[in-house]
Amino acid sequence: MPLIRNGAFVEDRFFFVPDGKAFPDEKGVIVTLARFLGEKESLFAHRALVGVRLASNENPAALKADLARLSVVALEFPKFRDGRPFSWARMLRTRFGYAGEVRATGDFLYDQLAFMARVGFDAWEVRQDFALEDFRRAMGEITLAYQPAADGRRTVRELRSFPLSP
Amino acid sequence: MAAPSARMLTANRLKDGAVLYWKAGAWVEAFEDADKFADAAQAEAALSDAQRFVAANAVVNPYLFDVRVEADEVHPVKEREIVRAAGPSVLRAPARETSERGNPKPERSEYEI
Amino acid sequence: MYRYDEFDARFVKERIEQFRGQVARRLSGELAEDQFKPLRLMNGLYLQLHAYMLRVAIPYGTLRAEQLRMLAHIARQYDKGYGHFTTRQNIQFNWPRLVDAPDILCELATVEMHAIQTSGNCIRNVTADHFAGAAADEIEDPRPIAEIIRQWSSLHPEFSFLPRKFKIAVSGSPNDRAALKFHDLAVEIVNNDAGDIGYRVYVGGGMGRTPYIGFVVGDFVAKKDILSFLEAVMRVYNEEGRRDNLFKARIKILAHALGPEEMRRRVGIEFDEIRNSGTLALPAEELARIEAYFAPPAFERLSDEMPEGDEDFTNWLSTNVAAHRAPGYAIATISLKPIGGVPGDATAEQMEAVADLMDRFDLSEIRVSHEQNLVLPHVRKRDLPSIHARLKELGLATPNAGLVTDIISCPGLDYCDLANARSIPIAQKISERFADLSRQHDIGELKIKISGCINACGHHHAGHIGILGVDKKGVEHYQLQLGGSGAEDAAIGEILGPAFGKDEIVDAVERVVGAYLNLRAPGERFLDAYRRLGVTPFRNVAYGEDLHAAY
Repeated sequence: MPLIRNGAFVEDRFFFVPDGKAFPDEKGVIVTLARFLGEKESLFAHRALVGVRLASNENPAALKADLARLSVVALEFPKFRDGRPFSWARMLRTRFGYAGEVRATGDFLYDQLAFMARVGFDAWEVRQDFALEDFRRAMGEITLAYQPAADGRRTVRELRSFPLSP
Repeated sequence: MAAPSARMLTANRLKDGAVLYWKAGAWVEAFEDADKFADAAQAEAALSDAQRFVAANAVVNPYLFDVRVEADEVHPVKEREIVRAAGPSVLRAPARETSERGNPKPERSEYEI
Repeated sequence: MYRYDEFDARFVKERIEQFRGQVARRLSGELAEDQFKPLRLMNGLYLQLHAYMLRVAIPYGTLRAEQLRMLAHIARQYDKGYGHFTTRQNIQFNWPRLVDAPDILCELATVEMHAIQTSGNCIRNVTADHFAGAAADEIEDPRPIAEIIRQWSSLHPEFSFLPRKFKIAVSGSPNDRAALKFHDLAVEIVNNDAGDIGYRVYVGGGMGRTPYIGFVVGDFVAKKDILSFLEAVMRVYNEEGRRDNLFKARIKILAHALGPEEMRRRVGIEFDEIRNSGTLALPAEELARIEAYFAPPAFERLSDEMPEGDEDFTNWLSTNVAAHRAPGYAIATISLKPIGGVPGDATAEQMEAVADLMDRFDLSEIRVSHEQNLVLPHVRKRDLPSIHARLKELGLATPNAGLVTDIISCPGLDYCDLANARSIPIAQKISERFADLSRQHDIGELKIKISGCINACGHHHAGHIGILGVDKKGVEHYQLQLGGSGAEDAAIGEILGPAFGKDEIVDAVERVVGAYLNLRAPGERFLDAYRRLGVTPFRNVAYGEDLHAAY
């Protein structure tokens, strides 16, 4: 599945390993929360790159102690209407200070991309036929933000107060 | 003896939301002109056929609904389909005051189908 | 009132272009209907029975004359010459075309209006007391904080895909004219013991299939903390609101399942963290800056004497004119409930004429109330006779505010895809039945509210008499409930019994009113008589032997 990161298609260094399946030799691995919690130390001992995929009902607080060692947290959208991953991403960034990759996987719309970037997603597993041009356009459709999120963007209120600042 | 029943096929036009009825592989706006399916298999076939108009982004949400056939007249069974076919039943009565005593009687015909 | 700056204008413009792109992608098929639907809903566009319906936002129900003229223009240019004012202080147009929607939004943007977030599983229009800034009993005008909440909630990236819709109301008076306790979240401006002004926050009210009265989740939130607090409530809801069942997805279900103590605890945890981070602190200067937009007009020193007029004028004064905090001024309600008319509707001509009236009498703003009437908040008493005379010419002077013919009704099955039964014809018939004005005055305050389905857009749960349209085997029936209230004494009406047929319901209502007239104590309102007597005497008369529907 193509991966967009930092505004471009990149090679995906990670492989999602379903529960019960063996790990591949190369590549980083992403596992479910349940598997991670059960095999945590052995994963970190044997792999350089470890990631966890959270289901939409799984709070990232469960990973709090381990975030410094996790290369990626993948947040799953089971259905685009399920908006919980927006809160999870934001909490990862602002509450837990997570600096690794926050990846979107599952069913999400082009029209959610900009919201997702604002709350801290920086990688997206997209459909085979997804055009990068669409990603860039999505990011630029609304240039103003009324409220703080996780992207550090200056809000409208800040722009009003300091219009000439860089 | 119960009135014989049939089914008809309806949808909304995508670009303006107008109510449409199926007629011979295409859509018409007038309920009276549309096909009535006495046969369930025919009705289902029409619904299947209608999907190509969904795929072509011409209509949304085609579905079948029941009608009663009485003499020469065809009536939807459900109130919802009666309203869809005939438009809102509401008459825009001209604004009036109640400064008079007694009930001012509006001039309007009773809505019926 | 609030005026857009370059940022607000740019925001709306970009949003329109985004929507134009979405419409184009839908028409080309790039977007399927189930993907497009949440996007068009977030721009206020429904697909109803006959056509699309566009719900335009009227933030906290406040309009300028210029905006009212634009609504008239939209009605005429793109619709069938009328609009419908709703129970959330918005306006609905019933016949726009999808292909025209982006252009309609462009035109609205020229007068600082939009349809952003008037539908969808996001934070909706923030409603407020329609007497804001004018009522004598007000602690503070609630609209500045409503405007701040509006901006904070606009395209909020974390809260645009909530389990379900989210409705916020704000009030600045102990007399609740905004139905606070029936909202998902409500903010009430209050004083604490030290005399500081802050906010009491309610959560978990709602109508619909399972109505609830909201409870207090924040006793006294300091002004600078209010956005942090709201964000905390939203986060708890987004994370924990039910997503398995559409009918259990509102915050009211979560709040009442957890109970007030647990809800406060969870909100408290989020609130502490968000407040400590400081990112959502509301500086006093910002609040003052917004308050400046809502400064009232400079009130002149005028005689407080109420002018006299003929019988029509006197009748109108007695119901449609309320006390203002400034001497010489009054609050005038323009009834959109002419006898036998469609509740809440106004024609393009009426809207334009009211805009002209506003200009002629130097009235800078007009309000939409959740009871589907219009309100002129700052009328000079000396102008009341002329204004009344003009309203009478326009059919807008029905002297029935708060009386039995001042009915609230949703559009119902005549328009709405969700409805089970028609509501407007019932409202019309009840209105005609009780048309006699002296009878209306004898009955006194009686709020009838009608919904065409369980979604309760007519707020029937909060009606002194509430009517709910139901579908019994494909036939329209009407359930009667009594004793609801949307004021500070909030209550959910009690269902009387089996539903009535459409030819029976008006008689049943009349019998109930008759019972009230027979049994009331002197000066007792319907609602008070109901509370004193209980449901039984009313139930008995409603179901006369020969009169209840056969099943």
